[in-house]
Amino acid sequence: MSLRPERQAPPEIFYNETEARKYTTSSRIIEIQAKLTERALELLALPEDGVPRLLLDIGCGSGLSGETLTENGHHWIGMDISEAMIDIALEREVDGDLLISDIGQGLGFRPGSLDGAISISAVQWLCNADKSCNDPRARLKAFFSSLYKSLARGARAVLQIYPENAQQLEMITTAAMRVGFSGGLVVDYPHSTRAKKYFLCLLCGPPSVNSVLPKAKGEDGGSESDDDTDEEENGTVDVSERQRPAKRAKNGKKIKGKAWLLKKKEQRRNKGVPNVPRDTKYTGRKRKARF
Amino acid sequence: MRLLTHNMLSCNIKGVTKGFPLSIEVQKLDTKETDFNPDFLRNIIPKLEWKAFHDAAVSVGLNDIPEQVDPVMLEYTEFLQKFHHALLEVHLEEGALICPETGRRFPVTKGVPNMLLLEDEV
Repeated sequence: MSLRPERQAPPEIFYNETEARKYTTSSRIIEIQAKLTERALELLALPEDGVPRLLLDIGCGSGLSGETLTENGHHWIGMDISEAMIDIALEREVDGDLLISDIGQGLGFRPGSLDGAISISAVQWLCNADKSCNDPRARLKAFFSSLYKSLARGARAVLQIYPENAQQLEMITTAAMRVGFSGGLVVDYPHSTRAKKYFLCLLCGPPSVNSVLPKAKGEDGGSESDDDTDEEENGTVDVSERQRPAKRAKNGKKIKGKAWLLKKKEQRRNKGVPNVPRDTKYTGRKRKARF
Repeated sequence: MRLLTHNMLSCNIKGVTKGFPLSIEVQKLDTKETDFNPDFLRNIIPKLEWKAFHDAAVSVGLNDIPEQVDPVMLEYTEFLQKFHHALLEVHLEEGALICPETGRRFPVTKGVPNMLLLEDEV
């Protein structure tokens, strides 16, 4: 998988029957979704009174995240644009009510109706202009303003996102702040490229003493429960990683290359080195990388 | 789709001001048992639009939901159980939700309403 799903097709097409089934049966994805949902619930900071709440699962897909909500005793409404994913959720008989909808068109809920909202790996799909009528900024605005309206006062939304780059991250966060949400970004394991997770924590209503952003995981060098082989705790890793690929590209041009190889062989022949292999169509040909 | 969800849904079409509540067209209903939790029911009552809930219950054939609710009723388990059944256990499997202002039909199949808007409705 070289290209992000978001770059391959719009979500209702990418998540067709095959992909939806593949996604839902992958034990790795099931585990990740469960973990992310637990973390999102933690960040949602619902009162610990044992009372089930009515939550919204934005981009609920096949119900992997929703099942964690049910396990925690809550009632939930899930919405997704992919019929194939929703079909699988129905197959799995999830407890939540499901809706087929496009969150970029607005959510369509009565004002103040929800106790909270979560989203696992979905909102970044809004950043693509999949159809000519779609304008990402307008869709983000429609999504966030309707989310703001739908939440009860003092309720929170926790959106776990996979932004492609810093611009996307900024586009999403500013769209959220513009409609009046307070809160901010919680980045778990910021120093690890693989374990790093972005949670946009939004509070409906003015910031108060109780709405301090929760502490991110992994900032004080805490170990990650992921199976990362290299634990990159060093804060400067991001910078050196950015430099490394550029270095490799420059050096690659200088050392390798068919032209250089042919030149070198000619030099050796001229010098009189015996048995220099003859130049054929196979000389200096790009070979398959082997691991 | 439960009546709980129906009570929260509103028509999202551009320009529509009275998109709530959506009328229910019933073709097929189902009942699925759910755990009875009085705390949840008490908590959710202030959030519900009771009149819309009553009307929705009537349209799915339930006539034992009162037109108005007051806190005294919450004490009676009998009421709570009827309330629980109507709110959480009755599912609309096939049918449609209809916008009160525009008449637009949102079909419901296998219990899932399709709320996708067309290009010109956004």
